[in-house]
Amino acid sequence: MLSLFFDAVLALALPLLAWRVLTTRDLYRAVILFIAFGLLVALSWARLDAPDIALAEAAIGAGLTGALFLNTVGGLVGRKRSPSRESDESREVAERREAIQSSPGEPVDEVMRPWWVRLALTVPILALGLALGWAVVSFPEPAIDLAQQASDNLEASGVDHGVTAVLLNFRSYDTLLEIGVLLLAVVAVWSLDLGRVRGGQAALSKGLPVLHGLVRLLTPIMIIVGGYLLWAGAKQPGGAFQAGAVLGALGVLLVLSGLVRPPLSDGSGLRIGLAVGFAVFLGIGTAVMLATGELLNYPPASTYGLIIIIELFLTVSIALTLAALFVTAPPRKEQGSKEHSEEKGEES
Amino acid sequence: MASVLGWASAALVLVGAFFFLAGTVGLLRFPDVYNRLHALTKADNVGLGFVVLGLILQAGSLLSAFKILLIWLLVLASGATAAHLVATAALRGGIKPWKHR
Repeated sequence: MLSLFFDAVLALALPLLAWRVLTTRDLYRAVILFIAFGLLVALSWARLDAPDIALAEAAIGAGLTGALFLNTVGGLVGRKRSPSRESDESREVAERREAIQSSPGEPVDEVMRPWWVRLALTVPILALGLALGWAVVSFPEPAIDLAQQASDNLEASGVDHGVTAVLLNFRSYDTLLEIGVLLLAVVAVWSLDLGRVRGGQAALSKGLPVLHGLVRLLTPIMIIVGGYLLWAGAKQPGGAFQAGAVLGALGVLLVLSGLVRPPLSDGSGLRIGLAVGFAVFLGIGTAVMLATGELLNYPPASTYGLIIIIELFLTVSIALTLAALFVTAPPRKEQGSKEHSEEKGEES
Repeated sequence: MASVLGWASAALVLVGAFFFLAGTVGLLRFPDVYNRLHALTKADNVGLGFVVLGLILQAGSLLSAFKILLIWLLVLASGATAAHLVATAALRGGIKPWKHR
């Protein structure tokens, strides 16, 4: 009874929060709402008995994505649109800005949406939502029960946890491509050359002994938790993604508190760390072709060892990727001094 | 014995929930950022503390009791630091503490 009530509150709060995230004009407020939304989504996954996804959602969806968004909003503070575009609609826009803003200089969503645009959007969106809802409710029984198949073949997968077995054995091709996408994301962000847009970091980096104390306290704990999650992934919820998210969050904390400077001068260590997960995964995936003749088809005797090796390197790369996305600026090549310190916290 | 434990933990969790409620009301009603932080950290520290105490009575094993306690300690550390950071940022940003007139 009580849990039903709890689920009902959750189910009502989720669409309400999602709506508020999308309609809030103050971008900072929207980000805070988004983080709250992510936490409730994580809670929902936990209620649905999917602790793996709950862990990943809490760490990546709410935590790190929230940090990335806050970084972006911080970078937008005080910026304005180019004056040439403002001249056409200046008075109206200025009035709207006044109405939306709580304090001047904060970034707001300025796009005008007249009522007929909203109405025209509402109708197809409602139709799509209803159609999707109907499709989910009226799902036919699947011809092949994939969950049953996965748990039937768990023994052959080399690990004792179903989700890890699916991610790194049965559907490892998907995971390989996902890691490739993460790598591409860093390359894309670096190529935007956001070196000067580093919101919030400068303001936080000096003279905060309390923050430094907390980060020093949390660093060993987070390294242990990350290592534990990686190791536990073989037989219970956890794995490379969750471990990587925790260690990536540690990287963000270290950079944000100013205790560790991101490697801006010579980033070859960082570059190797970012690529090593994908490289090792692909390397092992193709190397096993010699033994079994198929891509990513591990030989049965060494499955467990191979999966653990892959997960170890994946964790390093995922952690560095998430931290690098937060830092945004690529390492600079032209200067000579060496700062390798960032990897220390994350490769252990 | 079991039911005594059950009632005790229910009472503790309810006390914790009361602190969360009071903290939320304070967050919504207090006049400035410093007062709101004060209300919020009460909920985080004391409210969660009571909830944790209540849950520890139900933990069943020493290990899970210790884990729950650890969560509270981590929240204490991060909550205090976050409050300190927000207050420092507000003070540096020129927000003056509210005074009763």
